[in-house]
Formats: sequence, C-alpha cells, structure tokens
Amino acid sequence: MSSIAERMAAAGTGNAIELRGVSRRFGALAALSDVTLSVRPGERRAVLGSNGAGKTTLLNCVTGDFPPTSGTVRFFGEDVTILPPHERIRRGLRRTYQISLLFSRLSVRDNVYLACRGVSRGRFSFIRTRASDGLMQSVADLISLVHLENVAERPVGELAHGQQRQLEIALALAGAPRFILFDEPAAGLSPTERSDLVAILTALPAHIGYIIIEHDMAVALRVVESVTMMHNGRIFKEGTPSEIEADPEVQELYLGSSGHA
Amino acid sequence: MALLQSAQESALGIGSAQRSGPFAQWVSRNAAILLLGLFMILFPAIANDFFLRQIAGWTMILGMIALSLTFLAGYGGMVSLAQMTVAGLAGYMIAVLGVSSLPKVSLFWPWWAAVPLAIVIATAFGTLAGALSARTEGIYTIMITLALATSFFYLTLQNWPIFNGFSGFTTIPAPHFLGVDWGKAVPLYYLILFFAALSYAVVLYVSRAPFGLALQGVRDNPRRMEAIGYNVTAHRIAAYAFAAVIAAIGGILLVWQNNQISPFSVGVDVVINLLIIAVVGGLGHPIGPFIGALIYVMLRTFALDALVAVGLDGRRFQTLIGLGFLVIVLFSPDGVVGIWRRLRERARSSQRTSRR
Repeated sequence: MSSIAERMAAAGTGNAIELRGVSRRFGALAALSDVTLSVRPGERRAVLGSNGAGKTTLLNCVTGDFPPTSGTVRFFGEDVTILPPHERIRRGLRRTYQISLLFSRLSVRDNVYLACRGVSRGRFSFIRTRASDGLMQSVADLISLVHLENVAERPVGELAHGQQRQLEIALALAGAPRFILFDEPAAGLSPTERSDLVAILTALPAHIGYIIIEHDMAVALRVVESVTMMHNGRIFKEGTPSEIEADPEVQELYLGSSGHA
Repeated sequence: MALLQSAQESALGIGSAQRSGPFAQWVSRNAAILLLGLFMILFPAIANDFFLRQIAGWTMILGMIALSLTFLAGYGGMVSLAQMTVAGLAGYMIAVLGVSSLPKVSLFWPWWAAVPLAIVIATAFGTLAGALSARTEGIYTIMITLALATSFFYLTLQNWPIFNGFSGFTTIPAPHFLGVDWGKAVPLYYLILFFAALSYAVVLYVSRAPFGLALQGVRDNPRRMEAIGYNVTAHRIAAYAFAAVIAAIGGILLVWQNNQISPFSVGVDVVINLLIIAVVGGLGHPIGPFIGALIYVMLRTFALDALVAVGLDGRRFQTLIGLGFLVIVLFSPDGVVGIWRRLRERARSSQRTSRR
C-alpha cells in the first residue's frame, strides 16, 4: 500500500505515457534497449524507424502484450509495468495491431460490440443487450465512423483487407479512450481510405493523445506534433516534424533509405 | 422438408410472418425446434417404456453432457475431455450423499439435500479443471483434461471408502416428490426432457449474451480480447463453471435413470464416446450434441441386431459406430449441424435465383 504522498507524486508526473529505462530482450536479441520516453496527455506523436528498430516492441511494452525485461511503464502517473493488458485497457489505453487481430467468425457488429462491452460493465452478463441499450448506439456510431454500415452483419473473415483495417481502428476507439497506440494503421489502405484515416485521426477530441507508427510520411507527419526516431532498439532523436525532416542524420539513416516505402 | 421450408421463409423475411406480430415471427423463425418440442411432449403417447428410457432418455442425458463439451469447444475453442468426469462425480455424489444399497458408505440424505451439494461439488471440480487448463490451448487442453478424466477413473476403481471400487453403487433410486415417483418411465422422461430443453435454451440464449459473445471472441482471438479489456483466463474459467453445471445435472439424471454408477460409467472409452457425439452432431449449434447422441444411441442399440440380420458378427457393432463417425466427419467437418446448414443455404440460394 503506497502512501498518499507517494501516489500524489506519481500522479504529479503529468504524463500520459512515461517509460523509464525500458528494455526488452528476446533471448540474445535486444529489441529495446534502455528506452526513456514521455508523452503528454493529448499529445500526438509519431514513432519512426526502419524495420526492426523496436517500434512495435515499444507498443507491446506499453500495452503489456509483452512485459518489459526491465524498466518501468507509467500510464497517467500509475505504474502499470506488471498489470495485465486488460487492466491497462480498462484504464483508457487502446491499441491497433499492424496485422489485423480480429474475431473472424463474428460479424462486424459483434466485433465492435465486444470492444464496447470490454471497457464497460457486464462483461460476464448472461442477459442479452437490448437493441435500445445506449451501448448499441455507440456500436452503430463506431461502425458508421469507419464506413462499414453495409457489411455490419457480415462475418469479419469475409471482409476485404482495407475493411478489416478500418475495423481495427473502430475497435481502438470504443468506450472513452484516453490514449491510443496505432501500429501502422494505413498499411494496405487505398488512397481514399488513407484520407478517411487522416480525417478520423485529426477529428479525435483534443484530450485524446496517441502514438502512431507509420511508414507513410504523408500520413504520419500530417497528424502529429512530435516525432521520435528509433534505431536498433534505441531512441536517437526527438523533435517536431519539421525538425526531423530537416535533420541530416535522420535523412541519411531513415528518410533517404526508405523514402520509397 | 417442411421444417426446411419454414426455416427458409423466415430467414428470407417473406411469407405471412412479415405482416404479423413479433410473436408470430418468433414462432415462424423457430418452427423446426417448436415442432420438435411438441413431438417430444407427445412422444410418451406413442412410445413404450423401452423407447422412453433406452432411446429418448439416454439420448437426452448424453446430449446434455455432450452439450457441456459443445459449449466449451464450439463457443470457447476449449476441447475439455473432463465433462464426463464432472457428470460422473455428480452421479457418484448422489450415491454417496443419498440412498444406495451400501449403508456403510451412503449417507441416506434426502434428495433435496443431496442434489444441490452434488451439483456444487461437481461444479467446483469442473471449475478447477478449467483453472488448470485455461492457460493452455489446443492439444494441451485435451491432454490435461484427459489426464484428469483418466485419474478420476482409476481413483473410483481403486478407492473403496468413498467410491466402493470397481463395483460402485447399485439400487440408487430416483426421488419421490410432489406425489410422483420420478423413477417411473413417463415421469422420468418428462424430468429429463425438461432439463435437456432448459439447458439447450439457456446455451442458445447465452451464446448471444455478453458472456457467450465474449467466449466466442476468446475462441477467435484471445490476445485481442485482452487488448479490448477482457480477462481471458477468468472468462475461460467461468465458461468451465457454467458447462460443469449442465454436465452435473446430466450426471444426476444418468444415475436416476440407470439406478447405478460404477467406474465404467466414467471410463476413458465413455469420455471418447462423448467427444464423438459432440463432433458428429456438430459443435456449431447446441442442437448438435443431441443429434450426435441420438445417432450414437441408435447405433449402440440397433447395430448389433442389424449386423446379425445381414449375417455378420454382431460384435462388430463398434466398428460400425466407428465407420459412421468417420463418414460424417469426412463429409462434414462441422458434423450433422453443418450438413443441415449447407442444405439450407443451398435451398435458399436456389429459391432466390428462381425468384428473379
């Protein structure tokens, strides 16, 4: 049981995401080495870097999909380093996955319903949710936000790739998110779907911050106010989008080599 | 064919149901199962005691115990071979706590004290089995639950103070209450029908309630379920507890029907038969285990005579059951329910094209 003073001190850090000395090893491979990162509430941050730079591992340590080998993770001041993922989600953290992780045998509506139910009460309820329930309205709103009304009753396994990516985003917006982690949300989207994505991201309420991993610079740099560059499991530069774009070291290491991606 | 027709019409939203009230619509949508229910209620009028007990009663009891496996495997993706053991434990508890021919073991409690405690003990065991296997997947879940089932079989075989070894318990009576002797064929039939129908309806209802939908989410993608706020392990264990209640009731009805229980009621062969029943019937719908149980009971009862009638060795009836299993699973991996579903879809699409 921590004292009130300790808890106030922890809450006083004021950051939405706070990583201190986070490392993650997979056997001999150091996927993340001593990463320290702070993101303010409402801040929108891009994490850039080549393949294998540790970007997705970083997100996995924040959500708890894999706990860090060492270091601490704080979410709005609270130490969540050893909390299971579902406890972090219930505290307002959300994420999307680079490769869609959906419920393929359930309909689009049931997928979104599960996401809305997961961050509300009654997860174990034996009573069916009535169509007039407020939760069902949120489900319908999320489905129309990502333009999936026409396929709402179809099993997700039958959906086109782009539609599955849209659903990924809908699942991450369920309930009242405080901070969202987007892992390459634009991968595999058509140009129209990309501009829809940009519209959804920029229309998010100002208090909702996010970290976005994105290879498409046109998407990434339009929707963020700060950028973190990663290389070989370490952070090597932070700045505003224009500073990062102008940085010669960054251009050599990253933008130059993967500008075609 | 009539059943097929009515199911189609309602699904297409055509026919009279469209114009009438919600009750009529509900009746039309569930015509097949309502007709089956009506038939089951009227069945004692046309069936003798043999058909009531050895065919209908046995089918529904096996169907219930298999339903608890179908619920876990079909909705939760957890193939638990411990469900027959849960049923057997409940049955044993009825013999131990209630009345049997063994006064040195049985406590001779009245049924209303023995039944609830038997259900509680069996459910606790089923939940524990869930807690042990909830963090495993696929083949490992099967191995752990098979190990539990096998250990329980040997425990009952070798333990005399509680389970009375290989002879088990005999002359366990069904209870008398409300002025009815529930051991008689017709009352027992209705008692079994009531609980079979209840468990079927509850599973069907819960499959669309938050608990059941979340279980299907756990089946499709446990990692994502964690990432949208669900405690996957707790959900799995709760599913085992729910399934155990169904299996326990089935186990109690089984001893009331057979008036005896022994290690051979919970042997590994019985455990495997239950898996066959669930898979042959189909894991996709709660009617599946009852269809599977009916096929199994019919083969078990009539295969021997049928083989002898065509001049073959009657002892080959197990081979016939095995072949039947093989044929169904080969042609329809999702069992008889899957065959029904495909037939209905084909009929529906051909009707749609003829309508154009």
